[in-house]
Amino acid sequence: MATTSRRVLPGFTASLSVTILYLTVLVLIPLAACVMKTLSLSPAEFWAAVWTRQARAAYEFSIGASIVSALVNCVLGLLIAWVLVRYEFPGKRILDSLVDIPFALPTAVAGLVYSSLYVERGWLGQFLVPMGIEAAYTRLGVVVVLVFIGLPFVVRALQPVLESLEVEAEEAAAMLGASRWQTFRWVIVPLILPALVTGFSLSLARALGEYGSVVFVSANRPFVDQIAPMLIVAKLEEFQYGEATAIAVVLLIMSFALLIAVNVLERWSKRHYA
Amino acid sequence: MPDSQLIAARHVSTRVDHPAVRWMLIVLAVLVVGVLIIVPVINVFAQAFSAGWTTYWTSLLADADTRHSILLTLIVAPISVAANVVFGVAAAWAIARFRFPGRTLLTTLIDLPFAISPVVAGLLIVLIFGLQGYLGPWLREHDIKVIFALPGLILATTFVTLPFVARELIPVMEAIGPEEEVAAVSLGANAWQTFWHVTLPNIKWGLLYGVVLCNARAMGEFGAVYVVSGRIDGLTCTMPLRVEKLFQQLRHDDMAGSFALASILTLLALVTLAAKVSLERKTRGELAEAAATKIVGAEPLVAETVGTSA
Repeated sequence: MATTSRRVLPGFTASLSVTILYLTVLVLIPLAACVMKTLSLSPAEFWAAVWTRQARAAYEFSIGASIVSALVNCVLGLLIAWVLVRYEFPGKRILDSLVDIPFALPTAVAGLVYSSLYVERGWLGQFLVPMGIEAAYTRLGVVVVLVFIGLPFVVRALQPVLESLEVEAEEAAAMLGASRWQTFRWVIVPLILPALVTGFSLSLARALGEYGSVVFVSANRPFVDQIAPMLIVAKLEEFQYGEATAIAVVLLIMSFALLIAVNVLERWSKRHYA
Repeated sequence: MPDSQLIAARHVSTRVDHPAVRWMLIVLAVLVVGVLIIVPVINVFAQAFSAGWTTYWTSLLADADTRHSILLTLIVAPISVAANVVFGVAAAWAIARFRFPGRTLLTTLIDLPFAISPVVAGLLIVLIFGLQGYLGPWLREHDIKVIFALPGLILATTFVTLPFVARELIPVMEAIGPEEEVAAVSLGANAWQTFWHVTLPNIKWGLLYGVVLCNARAMGEFGAVYVVSGRIDGLTCTMPLRVEKLFQQLRHDDMAGSFALASILTLLALVTLAAKVSLERKTRGELAEAAATKIVGAEPLVAETVGTSA
Protein backbone atom coordinates (compact mmCIF):
# COMPACT_ATOMS: atom_id res chain seq x y z
CA MET A 1 0.00 0.00 0.00
CA ALA A 2 2.64 2.49 1.03
CA THR A 3 5.69 1.05 -0.67
CA THR A 4 6.16 4.12 -2.84
CA SER A 5 5.39 6.63 -0.12
CA ARG A 6 8.84 6.42 1.46
CA ARG A 7 10.15 8.53 -1.39
CA VAL A 8 7.18 10.89 -1.26
CA LEU A 9 6.17 11.28 2.40
CA PRO A 10 8.54 13.02 4.80
CA GLY A 11 9.48 12.06 8.34
CA PHE A 12 10.45 8.40 8.01
CA THR A 13 13.84 8.74 9.69
CA ALA A 14 12.58 11.15 12.34
CA SER A 15 9.51 9.13 13.36
CA LEU A 16 11.33 5.81 13.32
CA SER A 17 14.19 7.27 15.41
CA VAL A 18 11.79 8.63 18.02
CA THR A 19 9.97 5.29 18.15
CA ILE A 20 13.10 3.19 18.52
CA LEU A 21 14.71 5.55 21.03
CA TYR A 22 11.58 5.64 23.19
CA LEU A 23 11.15 1.87 23.14
CA THR A 24 14.83 1.36 23.91
CA VAL A 25 14.81 3.64 26.94
CA LEU A 26 11.48 2.53 28.38
CA VAL A 27 11.26 -1.15 27.42
CA LEU A 28 14.50 -2.64 26.11
CA ILE A 29 16.95 -1.23 28.67
CA PRO A 30 14.75 -2.23 31.65
CA LEU A 31 14.36 -5.73 30.20
CA ALA A 32 18.12 -5.90 29.62
CA ALA A 33 18.65 -4.87 33.25
CA CYS A 34 16.40 -7.74 34.28
CA VAL A 35 18.40 -10.20 32.15
CA MET A 36 21.70 -8.86 33.55
CA LYS A 37 20.45 -9.15 37.12
CA THR A 38 19.31 -12.71 36.46
CA LEU A 39 22.65 -13.66 34.87
CA SER A 40 24.46 -12.26 37.90
CA LEU A 41 22.86 -15.03 39.93
CA SER A 42 24.45 -18.47 39.79
CA PRO A 43 22.14 -21.24 38.55
CA ALA A 44 21.99 -22.61 42.09
CA GLU A 45 21.03 -19.20 43.51
CA PHE A 46 18.42 -18.73 40.79
CA TRP A 47 16.94 -22.15 41.46
CA ALA A 48 16.96 -21.58 45.21
CA ALA A 49 15.03 -18.34 44.70
CA VAL A 50 12.38 -19.55 42.26
CA TRP A 51 11.77 -23.00 43.73
CA THR A 52 11.18 -22.42 47.43
CA ARG A 53 8.08 -23.97 48.95
CA GLN A 54 6.54 -20.54 49.33
CA ALA A 55 7.30 -19.60 45.71
CA ARG A 56 5.87 -22.86 44.40
CA ALA A 57 2.70 -22.34 46.43
CA ALA A 58 2.43 -18.82 45.01
CA TYR A 59 2.81 -19.98 41.36
CA GLU A 60 0.34 -22.78 41.98
CA PHE A 61 -2.27 -20.43 43.38
CA SER A 62 -1.54 -17.74 40.75
CA ILE A 63 -1.86 -20.19 37.87
CA GLY A 64 -4.79 -22.09 39.39
CA ALA A 65 -6.82 -18.99 40.24
CA SER A 66 -6.05 -17.43 36.84
CA ILE A 67 -7.09 -20.56 34.90
CA VAL A 68 -10.30 -20.99 36.91
CA SER A 69 -11.22 -17.31 36.48
CA ALA A 70 -10.42 -17.39 32.74
CA LEU A 71 -12.59 -20.51 32.32
CA VAL A 72 -15.46 -18.89 34.22
CA ASN A 73 -14.98 -15.86 31.96
CA CYS A 74 -15.33 -18.07 28.88
CA VAL A 75 -18.76 -19.23 30.04
CA LEU A 76 -19.99 -15.82 31.25
CA GLY A 77 -18.36 -14.00 28.32
CA LEU A 78 -19.97 -16.30 25.76
CA LEU A 79 -23.35 -15.81 27.43
CA ILE A 80 -23.03 -12.00 27.40
CA ALA A 81 -21.58 -11.81 23.86
CA TRP A 82 -24.32 -14.13 22.54
CA VAL A 83 -27.10 -12.09 24.13
CA LEU A 84 -25.59 -8.80 22.89
CA VAL A 85 -25.13 -10.02 19.30
CA ARG A 86 -28.22 -12.17 18.78
CA TYR A 87 -31.06 -10.58 20.73
CA GLU A 88 -32.80 -7.23 20.87
CA PHE A 89 -33.98 -6.01 24.24
CA PRO A 90 -34.38 -2.67 26.06
CA GLY A 91 -31.13 -1.44 27.63
CA LYS A 92 -28.95 -3.51 25.32
CA ARG A 93 -26.58 -0.67 24.43
CA ILE A 94 -26.15 0.27 28.09
CA LEU A 95 -25.35 -3.36 28.91
CA ASP A 96 -22.85 -3.39 26.04
CA SER A 97 -20.96 -0.35 27.34
CA LEU A 98 -21.08 -1.53 30.97
CA VAL A 99 -19.03 -4.57 29.94
CA ASP A 100 -16.04 -2.21 29.54
CA ILE A 101 -16.15 -1.01 33.17
CA PRO A 102 -13.47 -3.49 34.32
CA PHE A 103 -11.14 -1.93 31.71
CA ALA A 104 -11.84 1.60 32.88
CA LEU A 105 -12.16 1.15 36.65
CA PRO A 106 -8.87 1.43 38.55
CA THR A 107 -7.99 -1.99 39.94
CA ALA A 108 -7.61 -0.57 43.45
CA VAL A 109 -11.26 0.48 43.40
CA ALA A 110 -12.33 -2.97 42.21
CA GLY A 111 -10.33 -4.57 44.99
CA LEU A 112 -11.69 -2.19 47.63
CA VAL A 113 -15.33 -2.82 46.68
CA TYR A 114 -14.99 -6.57 46.23
CA SER A 115 -13.33 -6.85 49.64
CA SER A 116 -16.34 -5.24 51.29
CA LEU A 117 -19.19 -6.72 49.19
CA TYR A 118 -18.64 -10.30 50.34
CA VAL A 119 -17.92 -9.85 54.06
CA GLU A 120 -20.62 -10.98 56.47
CA ARG A 121 -22.31 -7.58 56.61
CA GLY A 122 -21.66 -6.69 52.96
CA TRP A 123 -24.33 -6.29 50.28
CA LEU A 124 -23.76 -9.74 48.83
CA GLY A 125 -22.08 -11.38 51.81
CA GLN A 126 -25.24 -11.11 53.94
CA PHE A 127 -26.85 -13.69 51.63
CA LEU A 128 -23.77 -15.75 50.79
CA VAL A 129 -22.00 -16.07 54.15
CA PRO A 130 -24.99 -17.81 55.85
CA MET A 131 -24.91 -20.29 52.94
CA GLY A 132 -21.27 -20.98 53.73
CA ILE A 133 -19.89 -19.08 50.74
CA GLU A 134 -17.09 -16.84 51.94
CA ALA A 135 -15.61 -14.70 49.18
CA ALA A 136 -13.76 -12.15 51.30
CA TYR A 137 -10.13 -12.73 52.23
CA THR A 138 -10.26 -16.27 50.81
CA ARG A 139 -9.07 -18.03 47.66
CA LEU A 140 -12.60 -17.78 46.29
CA GLY A 141 -12.46 -14.01 46.75
CA VAL A 142 -9.32 -13.79 44.61
CA VAL A 143 -10.97 -15.84 41.84
CA VAL A 144 -14.10 -13.67 41.94
CA VAL A 145 -12.16 -10.42 41.55
CA LEU A 146 -10.07 -11.96 38.73
CA VAL A 147 -13.32 -12.88 36.95
CA PHE A 148 -14.33 -9.21 37.17
CA ILE A 149 -10.96 -8.04 35.80
CA GLY A 150 -10.93 -10.47 32.86
CA LEU A 151 -14.58 -10.48 31.77
CA PRO A 152 -14.35 -7.86 28.97
CA PHE A 153 -11.52 -9.72 27.19
CA VAL A 154 -13.71 -12.72 26.33
CA VAL A 155 -16.79 -10.66 25.45
CA ARG A 156 -14.85 -8.33 23.16
CA ALA A 157 -12.99 -11.23 21.51
CA LEU A 158 -16.25 -13.08 20.76
CA GLN A 159 -18.54 -10.24 19.64
CA PRO A 160 -17.06 -9.58 16.15
CA VAL A 161 -16.82 -13.31 15.39
CA LEU A 162 -20.42 -13.99 16.43
CA GLU A 163 -21.52 -11.02 14.30
CA SER A 164 -19.75 -12.33 11.20
CA LEU A 165 -20.98 -15.95 11.43
CA GLU A 166 -22.42 -17.14 8.11
CA VAL A 167 -26.17 -17.70 8.18
CA GLU A 168 -25.79 -20.57 5.73
CA ALA A 169 -24.01 -22.87 8.16
CA GLU A 170 -26.82 -22.66 10.70
CA GLU A 171 -29.36 -22.90 7.87
CA ALA A 172 -27.86 -26.09 6.61
CA ALA A 173 -27.71 -27.60 10.07
CA ALA A 174 -31.36 -26.76 10.70
CA MET A 175 -32.43 -28.19 7.33
CA LEU A 176 -30.55 -31.40 8.05
CA GLY A 177 -32.65 -31.77 11.16
CA ALA A 178 -30.30 -30.52 13.86
CA SER A 179 -31.88 -29.07 16.98
CA ARG A 180 -30.84 -25.57 18.09
CA TRP A 181 -28.59 -27.10 20.73
CA GLN A 182 -26.97 -29.47 18.22
CA THR A 183 -26.41 -26.56 15.84
CA PHE A 184 -24.84 -24.56 18.63
CA ARG A 185 -22.65 -27.40 19.86
CA TRP A 186 -21.49 -28.78 16.49
CA VAL A 187 -21.65 -25.76 14.15
CA ILE A 188 -21.31 -22.53 16.13
CA VAL A 189 -18.88 -23.59 18.86
CA PRO A 190 -16.21 -24.88 16.42
CA LEU A 191 -16.45 -21.62 14.45
CA ILE A 192 -16.01 -19.37 17.47
CA LEU A 193 -13.45 -21.59 19.20
CA PRO A 194 -10.34 -19.63 18.05
CA ALA A 195 -11.86 -16.37 19.33
CA LEU A 196 -12.83 -18.08 22.57
CA VAL A 197 -9.26 -19.35 23.05
CA THR A 198 -7.93 -15.83 22.32
CA GLY A 199 -10.29 -14.36 24.91
CA PHE A 200 -9.30 -17.08 27.37
CA SER A 201 -5.57 -16.40 26.89
CA LEU A 202 -5.95 -12.61 27.20
CA SER A 203 -8.02 -13.00 30.33
CA LEU A 204 -5.51 -15.52 31.71
CA ALA A 205 -2.53 -13.26 30.96
CA ARG A 206 -4.22 -10.33 32.65
CA ALA A 207 -5.09 -12.44 35.71
CA LEU A 208 -1.54 -13.81 36.04
CA GLY A 209 -0.07 -10.31 36.32
CA GLU A 210 -2.87 -8.72 38.32
CA TYR A 211 -1.90 -7.13 41.61
CA GLY A 212 -3.94 -4.02 42.41
CA SER A 213 -7.26 -5.69 43.05
CA VAL A 214 -5.95 -8.92 44.59
CA VAL A 215 -4.00 -7.03 47.24
CA PHE A 216 -7.34 -5.93 48.73
CA VAL A 217 -9.23 -9.21 48.63
CA SER A 218 -6.39 -11.54 49.62
CA ALA A 219 -5.16 -11.77 53.18
CA ASN A 220 -1.64 -12.29 51.73
CA ARG A 221 -1.11 -15.54 53.64
CA PRO A 222 1.77 -17.63 52.22
CA PHE A 223 0.61 -21.10 51.08
CA VAL A 224 -3.02 -19.95 51.16
CA ASP A 225 -3.95 -16.90 49.12
CA GLN A 226 -0.63 -15.29 48.18
CA ILE A 227 -0.16 -14.80 44.43
CA ALA A 228 3.23 -14.57 42.67
CA PRO A 229 3.22 -10.76 42.21
CA MET A 230 2.60 -10.40 45.97
CA LEU A 231 5.65 -12.53 46.64
CA ILE A 232 7.75 -10.27 44.39
CA VAL A 233 6.60 -7.23 46.36
CA ALA A 234 7.36 -9.02 49.64
CA LYS A 235 10.91 -9.81 48.44
CA LEU A 236 11.39 -6.21 47.29
CA GLU A 237 10.29 -4.91 50.68
CA GLU A 238 13.01 -7.09 52.22
CA PHE A 239 15.46 -5.60 49.67
CA GLN A 240 16.11 -9.05 48.22
CA TYR A 241 16.34 -7.81 44.64
CA GLY A 242 17.94 -10.98 43.28
CA GLU A 243 15.18 -13.25 44.54
CA ALA A 244 12.49 -10.79 43.44
CA THR A 245 14.02 -10.65 39.95
CA ALA A 246 14.24 -14.45 39.69
CA ILE A 247 10.53 -14.82 40.49
CA ALA A 248 9.75 -11.97 38.09
CA VAL A 249 11.59 -13.84 35.33
CA VAL A 250 9.32 -16.85 35.87
CA LEU A 251 6.28 -14.56 35.55
CA LEU A 252 7.77 -12.85 32.47
CA ILE A 253 8.38 -16.18 30.73
CA MET A 254 4.80 -17.25 31.42
CA SER A 255 3.30 -14.04 30.05
CA PHE A 256 5.58 -13.94 26.98
CA ALA A 257 4.68 -17.56 26.19
CA LEU A 258 1.00 -16.59 26.38
CA LEU A 259 1.56 -13.53 24.17
CA ILE A 260 3.29 -15.67 21.54
CA ALA A 261 0.54 -18.28 21.75
CA VAL A 262 -2.13 -15.63 21.14
CA ASN A 263 -0.23 -14.23 18.15
CA VAL A 264 0.32 -17.65 16.59
CA LEU A 265 -3.32 -18.53 17.14
CA GLU A 266 -4.54 -15.30 15.58
CA ARG A 267 -2.35 -15.80 12.52
CA TRP A 268 -3.49 -19.41 12.25
CA SER A 269 -7.19 -18.61 12.51
CA LYS A 270 -6.84 -15.73 10.04
CA ARG A 271 -5.38 -18.18 7.53
CA HIS A 272 -8.07 -20.77 8.12
CA TYR A 273 -11.12 -18.58 8.42
CA ALA A 274 -10.39 -15.72 6.05
CA MET B 1 -24.52 -7.56 -1.02
CA PRO B 2 -28.23 -6.64 -0.76
CA ASP B 3 -29.03 -10.14 -2.08
CA SER B 4 -27.43 -11.87 0.85
CA GLN B 5 -29.31 -9.54 3.18
CA LEU B 6 -32.59 -10.53 1.58
CA ILE B 7 -31.73 -14.18 1.95
CA ALA B 8 -30.80 -13.59 5.56
CA ALA B 9 -34.10 -11.88 6.18
CA ARG B 10 -36.08 -14.68 4.53
CA HIS B 11 -34.45 -17.47 6.49
CA VAL B 12 -33.83 -15.65 9.72
CA SER B 13 -36.45 -17.77 11.46
CA THR B 14 -34.11 -20.76 11.66
CA ARG B 15 -31.61 -18.62 13.59
CA VAL B 16 -34.11 -17.42 16.17
CA ASP B 17 -34.10 -19.21 19.48
CA HIS B 18 -37.26 -20.11 21.34
CA PRO B 19 -38.58 -17.05 23.25
CA ALA B 20 -38.24 -18.88 26.58
CA VAL B 21 -34.58 -19.66 25.87
CA ARG B 22 -34.03 -16.12 24.65
CA TRP B 23 -35.47 -14.44 27.73
CA MET B 24 -33.75 -16.85 30.08
CA LEU B 25 -30.37 -16.04 28.50
CA ILE B 26 -31.05 -12.29 28.53
CA VAL B 27 -32.04 -12.41 32.22
CA LEU B 28 -28.93 -14.46 33.02
CA ALA B 29 -26.63 -12.04 31.17
CA VAL B 30 -28.18 -9.03 32.90
CA LEU B 31 -27.81 -10.84 36.22
CA VAL B 32 -24.12 -11.54 35.61
CA VAL B 33 -23.39 -7.94 34.62
CA GLY B 34 -25.52 -6.78 37.54
CA VAL B 35 -23.70 -8.80 40.19
CA LEU B 36 -20.18 -8.43 38.78
CA ILE B 37 -20.28 -4.83 37.55
CA ILE B 38 -23.36 -2.77 38.47
CA VAL B 39 -23.64 -3.70 42.17
CA PRO B 40 -19.95 -2.93 42.87
CA VAL B 41 -20.14 0.45 41.12
CA ILE B 42 -23.27 1.46 43.07
CA ASN B 43 -21.69 0.13 46.27
CA VAL B 44 -18.70 2.49 45.92
CA PHE B 45 -20.99 5.52 45.98
CA ALA B 46 -23.26 4.06 48.67
CA GLN B 47 -20.31 3.51 51.00
CA ALA B 48 -18.71 6.85 50.12
CA PHE B 49 -21.90 8.71 51.07
CA SER B 50 -22.93 6.37 53.92
CA ALA B 51 -22.07 8.99 56.55
CA GLY B 52 -23.58 11.88 54.64
CA TRP B 53 -22.36 14.61 52.31
CA THR B 54 -20.41 16.57 54.89
CA THR B 55 -18.34 13.58 55.97
CA TYR B 56 -17.78 12.84 52.30
CA TRP B 57 -16.36 16.27 51.61
CA THR B 58 -14.33 16.50 54.81
CA SER B 59 -12.77 13.08 54.27
CA LEU B 60 -11.76 14.24 50.80
CA LEU B 61 -10.67 17.80 51.45
CA ALA B 62 -9.74 18.03 55.14
CA ASP B 63 -7.05 15.36 54.90
CA ALA B 64 -3.82 16.92 53.63
CA ASP B 65 -2.41 13.56 52.47
CA THR B 66 -5.55 12.78 50.47
CA ARG B 67 -5.46 16.24 48.90
CA HIS B 68 -1.82 15.70 47.98
CA SER B 69 -2.60 12.31 46.40
CA ILE B 70 -5.17 13.95 44.12
CA LEU B 71 -2.69 16.65 43.14
CA LEU B 72 0.04 14.07 42.52
CA THR B 73 -2.19 12.01 40.22
CA LEU B 74 -3.08 15.20 38.34
CA ILE B 75 0.65 15.82 37.80
CA VAL B 76 1.78 12.28 36.92
CA ALA B 77 -1.01 11.26 34.54
CA PRO B 78 -0.84 14.23 32.11
CA ILE B 79 2.96 13.97 31.80
CA SER B 80 2.77 10.24 31.03
CA VAL B 81 -0.09 10.75 28.59
CA ALA B 82 1.77 13.59 26.80
CA ALA B 83 4.90 11.45 26.43
CA ASN B 84 2.88 8.55 25.07
CA VAL B 85 1.02 10.84 22.62
CA VAL B 86 4.31 12.01 21.11
CA PHE B 87 5.51 8.42 20.94
CA GLY B 88 2.19 7.11 19.64
CA VAL B 89 1.99 9.61 16.77
CA ALA B 90 5.63 8.97 15.77
CA ALA B 91 5.21 5.18 15.94
CA ALA B 92 1.95 5.24 13.99
CA TRP B 93 3.49 7.46 11.30
CA ALA B 94 6.49 5.15 10.91
CA ILE B 95 4.50 1.89 11.03
CA ALA B 96 1.37 2.85 9.08
CA ARG B 97 3.04 4.93 6.35
CA PHE B 98 6.25 3.02 5.58
CA ARG B 99 7.38 -0.55 4.97
CA PHE B 100 10.75 -1.46 6.48
CA PRO B 101 12.49 -4.55 7.85
CA GLY B 102 11.63 -5.20 11.50
CA ARG B 103 8.25 -3.50 11.21
CA THR B 104 6.36 -6.47 12.71
CA LEU B 105 8.92 -6.78 15.50
CA LEU B 106 8.42 -3.10 16.33
CA THR B 107 4.65 -3.60 16.54
CA THR B 108 5.15 -6.54 18.91
CA LEU B 109 7.55 -4.48 21.06
CA ILE B 110 4.92 -1.76 21.42
CA ASP B 111 2.47 -4.35 22.79
CA LEU B 112 4.99 -5.75 25.26
CA PRO B 113 4.10 -3.58 28.28
CA PHE B 114 0.57 -5.06 28.16
CA ALA B 115 2.04 -8.53 28.64
CA ILE B 116 4.21 -7.55 31.61
CA SER B 117 2.73 -7.64 35.10
CA PRO B 118 2.65 -4.09 36.54
CA VAL B 119 4.59 -5.32 39.58
CA VAL B 120 7.34 -6.65 37.30
CA ALA B 121 7.33 -3.32 35.42
CA GLY B 122 7.95 -1.53 38.70
CA LEU B 123 10.69 -4.00 39.58
CA LEU B 124 12.48 -3.32 36.26
CA ILE B 125 12.61 0.38 37.09
CA VAL B 126 13.87 -0.35 40.61
CA LEU B 127 16.61 -2.56 39.13
CA ILE B 128 17.95 0.40 37.15
CA PHE B 129 17.29 3.40 39.38
CA GLY B 130 17.05 1.88 42.87
CA LEU B 131 19.77 2.40 45.47
CA GLN B 132 21.22 -1.04 44.67
CA GLY B 133 20.32 -0.58 40.99
CA TYR B 134 22.65 -0.18 38.04
CA LEU B 135 22.45 3.61 38.06
CA GLY B 136 21.96 3.84 41.83
CA PRO B 137 25.50 4.93 42.85
CA TRP B 138 25.72 7.49 40.05
CA LEU B 139 22.31 8.96 40.92
CA ARG B 140 23.26 9.22 44.60
CA GLU B 141 26.49 10.99 43.70
CA HIS B 142 24.57 13.57 41.71
CA ASP B 143 21.78 13.77 44.28
CA ILE B 144 19.05 12.74 41.84
CA LYS B 145 16.08 10.83 43.27
CA VAL B 146 14.11 8.63 40.90
CA ILE B 147 12.80 5.80 43.06
CA PHE B 148 10.52 6.89 45.93
CA ALA B 149 10.10 10.20 44.07
CA LEU B 150 8.15 11.84 41.25
CA PRO B 151 10.39 10.72 38.32
CA GLY B 152 9.93 7.07 39.31
CA LEU B 153 6.14 7.47 39.43
CA ILE B 154 6.16 9.06 35.97
CA LEU B 155 8.47 6.38 34.53
CA ALA B 156 6.36 3.52 35.91
CA THR B 157 3.09 5.06 34.72
CA THR B 158 4.51 5.82 31.26
CA PHE B 159 5.80 2.26 30.88
CA VAL B 160 2.47 0.68 31.79
CA THR B 161 0.42 2.99 29.51
CA LEU B 162 2.89 3.01 26.59
CA PRO B 163 0.85 0.97 24.07
CA PHE B 164 -2.51 2.78 24.35
CA VAL B 165 -2.12 5.70 21.90
CA ALA B 166 0.07 3.88 19.35
CA ARG B 167 -2.22 0.83 19.27
CA GLU B 168 -5.22 3.06 18.66
CA LEU B 169 -3.58 5.19 15.94
CA ILE B 170 -1.89 2.50 13.82
CA PRO B 171 -5.11 0.84 12.56
CA VAL B 172 -6.81 4.24 12.10
CA MET B 173 -3.94 5.58 9.99
CA GLU B 174 -3.70 2.34 8.03
CA ALA B 175 -7.41 2.45 7.24
CA ILE B 176 -7.28 6.09 6.14
CA GLY B 177 -4.34 5.46 3.84
CA PRO B 178 -1.56 7.79 2.63
CA GLU B 179 -3.33 9.24 -0.44
CA GLU B 180 -4.28 12.62 1.06
CA GLU B 181 -0.83 13.12 2.56
CA VAL B 182 0.89 12.20 -0.71
CA ALA B 183 -1.35 14.72 -2.46
CA ALA B 184 -0.48 17.41 0.08
CA VAL B 185 3.26 16.79 -0.30
CA SER B 186 3.13 16.77 -4.07
CA LEU B 187 1.27 20.08 -3.93
CA GLY B 188 4.24 21.52 -2.08
CA ALA B 189 3.30 21.22 1.61
CA ASN B 190 6.18 20.67 4.00
CA ALA B 191 6.24 17.92 6.64
CA TRP B 192 4.76 20.06 9.40
CA GLN B 193 1.98 21.48 7.19
CA THR B 194 1.09 18.00 5.98
CA PHE B 195 0.85 16.67 9.52
CA TRP B 196 -0.99 19.67 10.95
CA HIS B 197 -3.50 20.25 8.13
CA VAL B 198 -4.01 16.77 6.69
CA THR B 199 -3.03 13.99 9.09
CA LEU B 200 -4.15 15.47 12.39
CA PRO B 201 -7.68 16.42 11.27
CA ASN B 202 -8.06 12.88 9.89
CA ILE B 203 -6.97 11.08 13.03
CA LYS B 204 -8.18 13.50 15.70
CA TRP B 205 -10.99 11.31 17.09
CA GLY B 206 -8.85 8.19 17.08
CA LEU B 207 -6.10 10.12 18.85
CA LEU B 208 -8.51 11.44 21.46
CA TYR B 209 -9.82 7.91 21.98
CA GLY B 210 -6.28 6.71 22.70
CA VAL B 211 -5.69 9.65 25.04
CA VAL B 212 -8.88 8.91 27.01
CA LEU B 213 -7.99 5.23 27.51
CA CYS B 214 -4.35 6.05 28.28
CA ASN B 215 -5.38 8.67 30.83
CA ALA B 216 -7.82 6.33 32.60
CA ARG B 217 -5.13 3.71 33.01
CA ALA B 218 -2.51 6.30 34.03
CA MET B 219 -4.72 7.72 36.79
CA GLY B 220 -5.73 4.27 37.99
CA GLU B 221 -2.36 2.52 37.80
CA PHE B 222 -1.53 0.65 41.00
CA GLY B 223 0.98 -2.22 40.80
CA ALA B 224 3.89 -0.52 39.04
CA VAL B 225 3.50 2.69 41.01
CA TYR B 226 3.16 0.72 44.26
CA VAL B 227 6.60 -0.82 43.76
CA VAL B 228 8.50 2.35 42.82
CA SER B 229 6.78 4.82 45.16
CA GLY B 230 7.62 3.55 48.63
CA ARG B 231 4.13 4.88 49.46
CA ILE B 232 5.25 7.88 51.45
CA ASP B 233 2.19 9.85 52.58
CA GLY B 234 2.06 13.39 51.31
CA LEU B 235 4.98 12.70 48.99
CA THR B 236 4.62 9.70 46.66
CA CYS B 237 1.08 8.40 47.26
CA THR B 238 -1.09 8.74 44.16
CA MET B 239 -4.87 8.40 44.45
CA PRO B 240 -5.05 4.60 44.06
CA LEU B 241 -2.17 4.16 46.53
CA ARG B 242 -3.90 6.47 49.01
CA VAL B 243 -7.08 4.37 48.66
CA GLU B 244 -5.09 1.31 49.68
CA LYS B 245 -3.32 3.12 52.51
CA LEU B 246 -6.59 4.30 54.03
CA PHE B 247 -8.02 0.81 53.59
CA GLN B 248 -5.10 -0.81 55.42
CA GLN B 249 -5.52 1.49 58.42
CA LEU B 250 -8.86 -0.24 58.93
CA ARG B 251 -10.53 2.39 61.05
CA HIS B 252 -14.13 3.03 60.19
CA ASP B 253 -13.76 6.72 59.35
CA ASP B 254 -10.80 5.86 57.14
CA MET B 255 -12.87 3.29 55.29
CA ALA B 256 -15.26 6.14 54.50
CA GLY B 257 -12.27 8.20 53.37
CA SER B 258 -11.04 5.30 51.27
CA PHE B 259 -14.41 4.94 49.58
CA ALA B 260 -14.75 8.71 49.12
CA LEU B 261 -11.47 8.79 47.20
CA ALA B 262 -12.46 5.61 45.33
CA SER B 263 -15.73 7.30 44.30
CA ILE B 264 -13.72 9.99 42.49
CA LEU B 265 -11.81 7.30 40.60
CA THR B 266 -15.09 5.52 39.79
CA LEU B 267 -16.52 8.76 38.47
CA LEU B 268 -13.43 9.06 36.28
CA ALA B 269 -14.06 5.54 34.95
CA LEU B 270 -17.71 6.37 34.15
CA VAL B 271 -16.71 9.59 32.35
CA THR B 272 -14.06 7.61 30.45
CA LEU B 273 -16.68 5.09 29.40
CA ALA B 274 -19.08 7.77 28.19
CA ALA B 275 -16.29 9.46 26.23
CA LYS B 276 -15.27 6.09 24.82
CA VAL B 277 -18.77 5.32 23.53
CA SER B 278 -19.15 8.70 21.80
CA LEU B 279 -15.61 8.61 20.39
CA GLU B 280 -16.13 5.10 19.03
CA ARG B 281 -19.03 6.44 17.02
CA LYS B 282 -16.87 9.33 15.77
CA THR B 283 -13.88 7.15 14.76
CA ARG B 284 -16.28 4.85 12.94
CA GLY B 285 -17.50 7.89 11.02
CA GLU B 286 -13.88 8.90 10.35
CA LEU B 287 -13.05 5.49 8.90
CA ALA B 288 -16.29 5.23 6.97
CA GLU B 289 -15.64 8.62 5.39
CA ALA B 290 -12.11 7.57 4.45
CA ALA B 291 -13.36 4.33 2.96
CA ALA B 292 -16.11 6.12 1.01
CA THR B 293 -13.71 8.64 -0.53
CA LYS B 294 -11.14 5.97 -1.27
CA ILE B 295 -13.42 3.65 -3.21
CA VAL B 296 -15.13 6.10 -5.54
CA GLY B 297 -18.63 5.02 -6.45
CA ALA B 298 -18.71 2.14 -3.99
CA GLU B 299 -22.01 1.41 -2.34
CA PRO B 300 -22.34 2.83 1.18
CA LEU B 301 -22.56 -0.73 2.55
CA VAL B 302 -18.79 -1.13 2.06
CA ALA B 303 -18.11 1.89 4.21
CA GLU B 304 -20.40 0.54 6.88
CA THR B 305 -18.68 -2.82 7.12
CA VAL B 306 -15.25 -1.20 7.30
CA GLY B 307 -16.50 1.04 10.08
CA THR B 308 -18.00 -1.67 12.26
CA SER B 309 -15.09 -4.06 11.98
CA ALA B 310 -12.67 -1.44 13.32
